[in-house]
Amino acid sequence: MSTPLSALFGRSPIRPIQEHMAIAHHCVELLGKFLEASFVKDWDVAFAVQQEIRAQENLADDLKSNVRTNLPKSLFLPVPRTDLLELLSTQDKLANRAKDVAGLMLGRRMEIPESLVVEVRDYYNESFLASKQALKVINELDELLETGFRGKEVELVEGLINELDDLEHQTDVSQVKLRAKLFELEQSLPPVDVMFLYKIIDQIGDLADISESVGARLLLLIAR
Amino acid sequence: MSDIISQYGTIFLIMACVFGFFMAWGVGANDVANAMGTSVGAKAITIKQAILIAMVFEFAGAYFAGGEVTSTIRSGIIDIEKAGFADSPELLVYGMLSSLLAAGIWLLIASHNGWPVSTTHSIIGAIVGFAVVGISVDAVVWSKVWSIVASWVVSPMCSGIIAFFIFRSVQKLVLETDDPFANAKKYVPLYIFMVGFIIAMVTLVKGLRYVGLDFSFGESLGIAVAVGVFAMLLGVLLLRGIKEVAAENEDFHFSSVEKVFGVLMIFTACSMAFAHGSNDVANAIGPLAAVAGVVRSGGEFSEQSGLPFWILLLGGGGIVAGLAMWGYKVIATIGRNITELTPSRGFAAELAAASTVVVASGTGIPVSTTHTLVGAVLGVGLARGIGALNLTVVSRIFLSWVVTLPVGAGISIIFFFLFKAIFS
Repeated sequence: MSTPLSALFGRSPIRPIQEHMAIAHHCVELLGKFLEASFVKDWDVAFAVQQEIRAQENLADDLKSNVRTNLPKSLFLPVPRTDLLELLSTQDKLANRAKDVAGLMLGRRMEIPESLVVEVRDYYNESFLASKQALKVINELDELLETGFRGKEVELVEGLINELDDLEHQTDVSQVKLRAKLFELEQSLPPVDVMFLYKIIDQIGDLADISESVGARLLLLIAR
Repeated sequence: MSDIISQYGTIFLIMACVFGFFMAWGVGANDVANAMGTSVGAKAITIKQAILIAMVFEFAGAYFAGGEVTSTIRSGIIDIEKAGFADSPELLVYGMLSSLLAAGIWLLIASHNGWPVSTTHSIIGAIVGFAVVGISVDAVVWSKVWSIVASWVVSPMCSGIIAFFIFRSVQKLVLETDDPFANAKKYVPLYIFMVGFIIAMVTLVKGLRYVGLDFSFGESLGIAVAVGVFAMLLGVLLLRGIKEVAAENEDFHFSSVEKVFGVLMIFTACSMAFAHGSNDVANAIGPLAAVAGVVRSGGEFSEQSGLPFWILLLGGGGIVAGLAMWGYKVIATIGRNITELTPSRGFAAELAAASTVVVASGTGIPVSTTHTLVGAVLGVGLARGIGALNLTVVSRIFLSWVVTLPVGAGISIIFFFLFKAIFS
């Protein structure tokens, strides 16, 4: 049974986008567990966690295409449709990148040199915090909708996004330090391993970069 | 020349009562649900409360403010003199019976298939149809018809604009502020006052003369203020129990604020039912009143005869019966479907739609309550208040107009000639 009134309401993309971000962040969180397992060279656990990340990433993909198919052009939204879709695909990259890191490390059985473990852990944690902040920002989407993307709530979200930018900047600083330390060590390590270590450091840093661009995308939604 | 009337008068009257009741039943089963579903969807009221509110306020709306539209449908669309009803009043009886039957049947088909068809459009199409084909093109007061058709476009637009500004005021005064909860408690009573005041004022100024009451503008203003204040005090009483609960605001910071607006929505639900009663009950009882008028006077058609109370009772009874037998299911379905409409939005849409419809009722213009409400919801959407709106509905509504008018007319014409063949 449908009446013009009930048919008028399309499915709001806000809640699914929030769910998608929660899953993407969960992938980043799982990567922490994976790294810990790799530090102690427990590849069975690492394998299990990597499988879990893959499953979560698939879930995020499904959710993403679900939102896309339920967002036809005839839908009238409070924010530009293209901006929402961009936001969604940025969030999706977060899950993808977490999967990439785990996949690469597992495939090569990569061991982080003992002397770097503490730094890598801290470095990952900083990226994790950026992703967590991005999730916090996205969780304000329903409040933004409630206020019609106006007023105090906008200021609050802008504040959260500023904090997110700071967190990302922190990972940049740590990345420079970590690279310098690896540079000192690299003569003593197999060259191919070193190459991939640089790559892993890069990709863990990407997690923070992508988190930051999630915030930037959201800022675009608000700014009109 | 009124042989047929004196011979079959009682039969005509019984038929008109049955068809009128059938039509009113259909309005109650289907149309009322749109007026009430928003409040149920926003969880401001339960289905039982919705039915109770609808029963009381639909009837009140029909009684206090429905006279003008009833008079339009009964004798405003067809020119009595040019149609020659003075010589053959039975034609008017056939026509009104066919119109009721045609509109009722078309509504049944349409609601079965889920088409967004309006009772108002069906009955207007049916009346114009039988008059043009059965009598003559000149029998129709075209200026009136065109103003009605224009109002079908204007009324959703008007309520859309009003809803936009009401919701913008909610954003400015409550949602955008530092302490939305405190401001909600501060301003919601004022909105409640507005609901009571607007509805009472329009009714007092425009509608009451059909009940035999006539107030001066000053008196009306005084009474409307009193109604508004009474509603506001009632609202303040209900609001006292609502406290800001930190736990419920954890996931969604505006949960407590929306609860405050939920109280407001009880009042707008009443106004919506009142507005609907004032406009849509006439679709069922207007034709019935026309037939009853002809039969009672033994064929003499008098335009000024008052609206007998029993007709109103029959219309109101039909609506209540439709609501109780079938309407509650429709309300439940609609309520489930439109959960996206939170109380802060729903109230803006309902207040805008109810005000627009009541003004239309006062002016004697039959409009579609549902379409007016759709316009109001779009207005809230334009203020960036709703997650996603499906704009294809708008084109479907336009399509339903294009289809309903000729189909309603067609069915009505068939019945008109059928009755003519049977009785004349």
